[in-house]
Amino acid sequence: MDTWRNKRLARGAWPFLAALLIAGLARAEQPNSCVECHSALDPPQQVTQEQFAQDIHTQKGLTCASCHGGDPTKSDLDAMSKSAGFRGKPARKDIPALCGKCHSDAAYMRQYNPSLRTDQFAQYQTSVHGKLLAKGDTKVAVCIDCHGVHGLRPASDTRSKVHPTNVAQTCSRCHADPAHMKGYSIPTDQYAGYSASVHHEALAVRGDLSAPTCTTCHGNHGAAPPGVGTVQNVCATCHVFQAQLFEKSPHKAAFQAASLPGCVTCHSNHRIAHPTDALLGTGAQSVCTNCHTSGDAGYEVADQFQQQIAHFETAVSNSDEILNRAESDGMEVSQPRLEQDQARDALTKARVTVHSFNMVRLQADILAGLKITDKTYQDGKAALSERDYRRKGLGISVFFIVVVLIGLRLYIRRIERGQSA
Amino acid sequence: MLMRVRNWLDERFGWDELTAPLRHKTVPMHKLSYWYFLGGITLFLFVIQVCTGILLLLYYRATANEAFESVQYIMTRVQFGWLVRSIHSWAANLMVFTAIAHMFSVLFLRAYRKPRELTWVSGMILLFLVMGFGFSGYLLPWNTLAFFATKVGTEIAGQVPLIGKHLVIFLRGGEEVTGATLTRFFGFHVAVLPGITTLLLLLHLAMVQKFGISVPPGVEEQWKANPAQARAMKFFPNFALRELMAWYIALGVLGALAALSPWGLGTKADPFAPAPAGIKPEWYFLFMFQTLKLIPAKIGPIDGEILGILVFSLAGAIWLLLPFFGGLGRGRAHRWILGLGFFAVAYMVTMTVYGYVAK
Repeated sequence: MDTWRNKRLARGAWPFLAALLIAGLARAEQPNSCVECHSALDPPQQVTQEQFAQDIHTQKGLTCASCHGGDPTKSDLDAMSKSAGFRGKPARKDIPALCGKCHSDAAYMRQYNPSLRTDQFAQYQTSVHGKLLAKGDTKVAVCIDCHGVHGLRPASDTRSKVHPTNVAQTCSRCHADPAHMKGYSIPTDQYAGYSASVHHEALAVRGDLSAPTCTTCHGNHGAAPPGVGTVQNVCATCHVFQAQLFEKSPHKAAFQAASLPGCVTCHSNHRIAHPTDALLGTGAQSVCTNCHTSGDAGYEVADQFQQQIAHFETAVSNSDEILNRAESDGMEVSQPRLEQDQARDALTKARVTVHSFNMVRLQADILAGLKITDKTYQDGKAALSERDYRRKGLGISVFFIVVVLIGLRLYIRRIERGQSA
Repeated sequence: MLMRVRNWLDERFGWDELTAPLRHKTVPMHKLSYWYFLGGITLFLFVIQVCTGILLLLYYRATANEAFESVQYIMTRVQFGWLVRSIHSWAANLMVFTAIAHMFSVLFLRAYRKPRELTWVSGMILLFLVMGFGFSGYLLPWNTLAFFATKVGTEIAGQVPLIGKHLVIFLRGGEEVTGATLTRFFGFHVAVLPGITTLLLLLHLAMVQKFGISVPPGVEEQWKANPAQARAMKFFPNFALRELMAWYIALGVLGALAALSPWGLGTKADPFAPAPAGIKPEWYFLFMFQTLKLIPAKIGPIDGEILGILVFSLAGAIWLLLPFFGGLGRGRAHRWILGLGFFAVAYMVTMTVYGYVAK
């Protein structure tokens, strides 16, 4: 019975499948006269078949006509006739609004990607780019300058110009070009600075996509420089604890009074180097001495901060060294090694606590860490004495084994002499 | 006193009659006699394994949650636990080495000849069992290297045509290497393999006793031509005392290895972590592993890895039955076997070294 029904169902499905096939073939053969002609033209009119095929819009079923109007199914000039609604190349000033027509329409965008944001155009209008464009400056970036045009890929594609690993280079195309930036009175060394920063190293070298690039601090569609008062908030989106400690520190009020921009005062902005303990104290690389001079209380505290951290770091490396020695001699020290991780965490915590600029808090963290390193150092020493004990035991055992071997050899010789006699 | 005990035993059990074969047993003496010690050393190491294994059982726990911690406890907290575990691990490796060396010494001295064919077969099966001990014991500390080496090793077993999938599920106790695999390997290691090995070992020793110790054909011919040259020593006490010296030396070597290079523990296995780069099996499986790595993915229509496993299985079967090919033709077949033996040693050494050097 079931088999009979299945056969009937299968017979009934044939016309439907045939209709699907025909529809598919018809769709596959849909002509696109725009690409046929423009692929043969020279840049900037050129749009290659490859670009067209790889464009996210093409993949979602949009055509040239979606932005440019016209009718790609007609040939030659008929495709670009006014009667077919041909709009031609949009003016730069109109591009954000043109893209926003679809990308700001939540109902429309939902069919392609329900989680995609639809506030890009609104944000753009609040950005420095958007404001200058509104004033008639068409040199500023519009959508296509960052995202590309014809061959546009989603931001998640590593080949996209707005993929996190490519953003800095995309921004630098304008912002590192003195000729382009002439008249805007902002520096053009941000990209050079960022390229030498710890953030760039994390993103480009270690491939950590959570590391910041230009848009992380400045915003993307609403790009603008953070104001002096808000820099700390921007850094705090990642460096939460440092920001919280700084907020309650005596430096907060002092920086505000001196109109100093929070974090970047000590760490710089684009060229943020890997922070070292040398930034503390009163040495040549110290940033404390930018404000504090010999004799003032802050100068003394800065020096103590650096000494305390250095003392703790030495304790951690001493324990590491003795445990390494024990481990290379085959001793089992995995437990103190695990505790060393806690000591290293305590060192990191102490370095974060520095941002409270409070000696009591810093000392509490360092003492907690030193307690761990004292124990791990003792464990390392115990492992080394256990190693010596084993070696002594081995020496004694080998001595007795050799004595027994000699005894056996002599005994064998004696009985064999007896046997031959 | 000793004589009184002996007489007491003799009256009740016929001690003299029981020990007569040992008293009458002799060992041929010639320039290659040193090779005769290898079997005894392997036996000594097996006894060491049994004793240290029983001691480890007092503290070891065969579950994925506790195995690593229990071995760590043995290494750090148990009195002389480090010594027992290190000797167990080192003796395991030395036993594999001496068993392989014993097998090749028998091959090159042509001791597998009639009537000792079945002694060879039982010895070969014992060698496979020793490797089984190594494979099953390697996983028991449940550390990262052991976990992934077992994963790779059982995956290779899965390539065996027809039964591969069933074999993997049988070995792993499921689709993946889990706590079930550990329990299963523990069972193999401490119950199944020791039981079979003990029975087969007794059979092997009984056959050695029955057929006596073989004299290499070259020496045998010399002795036949000149019977005055033929020399032998009493097994007991002369050879047994020398064997005892060899055991003492082996004990010293084991103690030195355990004290100077205690067996490491590594880090606890994390089944969800990616496999560490350059994972390799124990040295005695390395030549096979490296060969399988070098074989192209496809050789004609056959999958390269499957072909490799088939070739190794075939080579294992031929090796097991090697003495029976000796009867095909007198000197010629034996020369072939010798040639194969030299090739096997060269191949195993080269591929093992290559396996260690290759990334």
